[in-house]
Amino acid sequence: MREEHASRRLIDDYARGDVPMAADTVWALEAHLENCASCRSLLAASVAAGAPEVGALLDTVLASLEPQLDAAGEPSARRRRPRWVSAWLTPVMAPWLAMTAAVTLAALLLDAVAPGTPLGGASPVSLVAPVLPLFGVAAAWSRVLDPAYELTASTARAGLPLLLRRTTAVLAVVLPGLLLTGWLTGTTTAAQWLLPSLAFTSTALALGSVIGVTRAAAGLGAAWGIAVLVPTGLTGHVPLAVRLALEADRMPAWAVLLLLAVGAVIARRNAYSTL
Amino acid sequence: MVPMTRAAETAPKTYGWEIRASDLRVRVGRKKLAVDGLDLSLGLGTHGLLGPNGAGKTSLIRALATVLRPAGGELELLGTSVAGLGDHRALRRRIGYLPQDFGYYKRFTVREFVEYMAWLKEVPKAAVPAAVQRAVERVGLADRADHRMKTLSGGMVRRAGIAQAIVNDPEVLLLDEPTAGLDPAQRLRFRELLQELGRDTCVVVSTHLVEDVAAACSDVVLFAEGRLVFQGTPDDLAAAGGAEHPGDSPLERGYSALLQDSGRTGGNW
Repeated sequence: MREEHASRRLIDDYARGDVPMAADTVWALEAHLENCASCRSLLAASVAAGAPEVGALLDTVLASLEPQLDAAGEPSARRRRPRWVSAWLTPVMAPWLAMTAAVTLAALLLDAVAPGTPLGGASPVSLVAPVLPLFGVAAAWSRVLDPAYELTASTARAGLPLLLRRTTAVLAVVLPGLLLTGWLTGTTTAAQWLLPSLAFTSTALALGSVIGVTRAAAGLGAAWGIAVLVPTGLTGHVPLAVRLALEADRMPAWAVLLLLAVGAVIARRNAYSTL
Repeated sequence: MVPMTRAAETAPKTYGWEIRASDLRVRVGRKKLAVDGLDLSLGLGTHGLLGPNGAGKTSLIRALATVLRPAGGELELLGTSVAGLGDHRALRRRIGYLPQDFGYYKRFTVREFVEYMAWLKEVPKAAVPAAVQRAVERVGLADRADHRMKTLSGGMVRRAGIAQAIVNDPEVLLLDEPTAGLDPAQRLRFRELLQELGRDTCVVVSTHLVEDVAAACSDVVLFAEGRLVFQGTPDDLAAAGGAEHPGDSPLERGYSALLQDSGRTGGNW
C-alpha cells in the first residue's frame, strides 16, 4: 500500500493558520500528523520558518508548566525485581520451586549415604524424578494457592501460553538439578528420569484442562506416591512394576505417553482460557 | 511516541450495545442458577447494578468478564458472541475487571502490580509505562506508586484495583463493589471518576449502596434472584416508590417498592 502524506502547502497553511481551512481537512491532517513522524518533522520545520510566534507561544506554555511537571516527579528508576521475572514466574511459585530443589538434594543425599539399600535397589533420584515438576506445576495455575488467580483469569494472556511459560520456568529449575544429580550418582541415564518427568508434567497439563491443573498435578503426584511408598512400606521393596517401569528399555512407553499427553494439550488448547 | 488516536477509536462501531444478554443463565456450583433468564442491553454510560445480597450480581459480573462460562442463553460483548468463542484474547484485551475480593501479590509495589496487570492484558510494551502512570494518577495513588501493596490501607488497595482495571483503557469496565472500604471523600472522588469513564466506556458498577447509584450512574439495573426487575434512570427508580414504602430517601423507597412488587424481599432482612 502506498503511504499517503500531507502536501507541503497544506502543512505550511496549517502552521501559519492565516488561511481558512475546512474543518474536515484540519481534522484529517491532525489525525495524520499524530501517526506520521515525517509529516511532523515537516510541520516542525514549517513552524520554525513561517510562524515563529507559534514557537514562542509553545515555549511560554512549557515554561509556565515546568514547575508542575517537576513536582509530578520521575517514576523511580529503582526496581525491586526485573520485569521478565514476573512474565515467567509468580511469587506463589517460588517456595514450591525451593521445595523442589530441596527434595532433589534430599534424594541425592540419600543416594550418596546409602545407595540402593532403603528402597530395595531402586535409586531414590529416579523414584522422585517423575513427580518433581508437579509441585511447581500445581502452583502455576491455581485458584487455591494463587491470590491473583481471579484477576489473572480475566486477562488476555490467561490460557495455555501463560501456563506453558510457567511450566517452562518450573522445568528450568527442575531439570538442571536432576541433570546434576544424575551425573553425580551416575546410576541412571538421562532418559530414565527425563522422559518420565516430562510425561508426568504433560499428563498433568492435559488432565488439567478437564479438572484443573492443581487437582491434576496433586492427583498424579499422590497416585505415584501411593504406588511407590505403600508397597515399599509393607514389603521393604519398591514394587516390581515401578522398578520395571523405570528400566531403560521401558523408555519408549514413556515417550508414547508424553506424545499422547502433548497431543491432548494441543487438542484442548482453548479450554485453558476458561478454567 | 505513542499515537494519540488508535485505529480502534476511529473505526466504525458495528454493534448496537456493548453488552447484550438474552435469556442468559449462569450456574454457580452444580445446581444453583445465579443468573436465570436475564435479558439486558447496556450501551455507553455508567450502569449501576443494584440488588440484595445473593441476587447474583457477582456471578453476572464474572460472566461478563468471561471468567464464568454461561450455562445457557446468549451473551454478546462488544458485538462478539461469547459462547462460540474459542480464543478469548482479543475480547479480553478490551475488558477491565475489578473482582469483589481481589487478591494480589503483597510484595509487589503499586506500580509493579499495575504494570504486571498491563502485561497480562497485552498492553503494547512501549505504551506500558505511560499507561501505568496515567492509571495510577487517575485513582490518586501517584505518591504511593512505589510503595508495596502490603503497606497500603484497604481503601488504597481498592484504588490500586481500580487502576489495574482501567490500565488497558477498556471499552467495557466491570467493577464489583468498588466503593467498599473507601472513605466518604474518596467515594466522592470515585464517583467523579465513574462519570468521567462513563462518557466513552460501558461501565457496570455492582453495588448495594443506593446513594452511589444516584450520584454516579446514568442508568440503574435492579436485579434480584437472577432476574432483571427494573432498568431505567435513577429518577425512574425514585418515582417507583411512594411514602408507604420503607426507606430514607426517594431512591431507597423506589428500591424497596420494586423489590416488593417482584415478591423478592429476601426474608426478614
